[in-house]
Amino acid sequence: MLAEILISVFLVISGIFGLVGSLGLIKLPDPMMRLHAPTKATTLGVGGALIASMLYFYFVVGTFSFHELMITLFLFLTAPITGHFVAKTHLHLSHKPDGLPPTGTERPWASYESDAERARIEAEADAEAGKTG
Amino acid sequence: MIGYALTFAFACFGLGLLLNIYRVVWAPTKGDRILALDTMVINAIALLALFGIHEGTTMYFEASMIIAMTGFISTVSYTRFLLRGDIIE
Repeated sequence: MLAEILISVFLVISGIFGLVGSLGLIKLPDPMMRLHAPTKATTLGVGGALIASMLYFYFVVGTFSFHELMITLFLFLTAPITGHFVAKTHLHLSHKPDGLPPTGTERPWASYESDAERARIEAEADAEAGKTG
Repeated sequence: MIGYALTFAFACFGLGLLLNIYRVVWAPTKGDRILALDTMVINAIALLALFGIHEGTTMYFEASMIIAMTGFISTVSYTRFLLRGDIIE
């Protein structure tokens, strides 16, 4: 009975979080805000569903499966990487370099640095390291 | 009781999938479209996990693992293509 209540609570929480994540993708006004909803809320929702599934197979069916933990771990590892890449794409496509805050160094933001410029600065840094070391 | 909670979770994730389809079709920027596709993959994984509970079989976890991997790779390749104009450099 207790296990049933626990599984049901996990299922309801996961459903609410999943719906909130997908709703946030529609409702939030700014592209950078819209990035928050799916990468955080939906990942938590799917994690809840997988934990509920693991509890169900342990308490009701009687077999322990660790596949869910693997999927949860994989999703929790890849969600920040996905969010980072989508944020970078948005920055690259819709912001101009002069509209951004200063980086505090001589180099521009990494997304706008050309390959030739990067190669030149890194070669200079290598030469500097070779001279002192 | 698990049955009712399962139906509720199915409804929530199904509705989320419909909202994502809306976002894929009518998206203000390209990044939103990629993000909506990634969220669709995550919602599909959740629906597969719930379907596994409904059927009482662990057979669907391999499928959801494969969907998770292909979803991650496809999102990264889409964004790489928009960022660099090339996927494998």
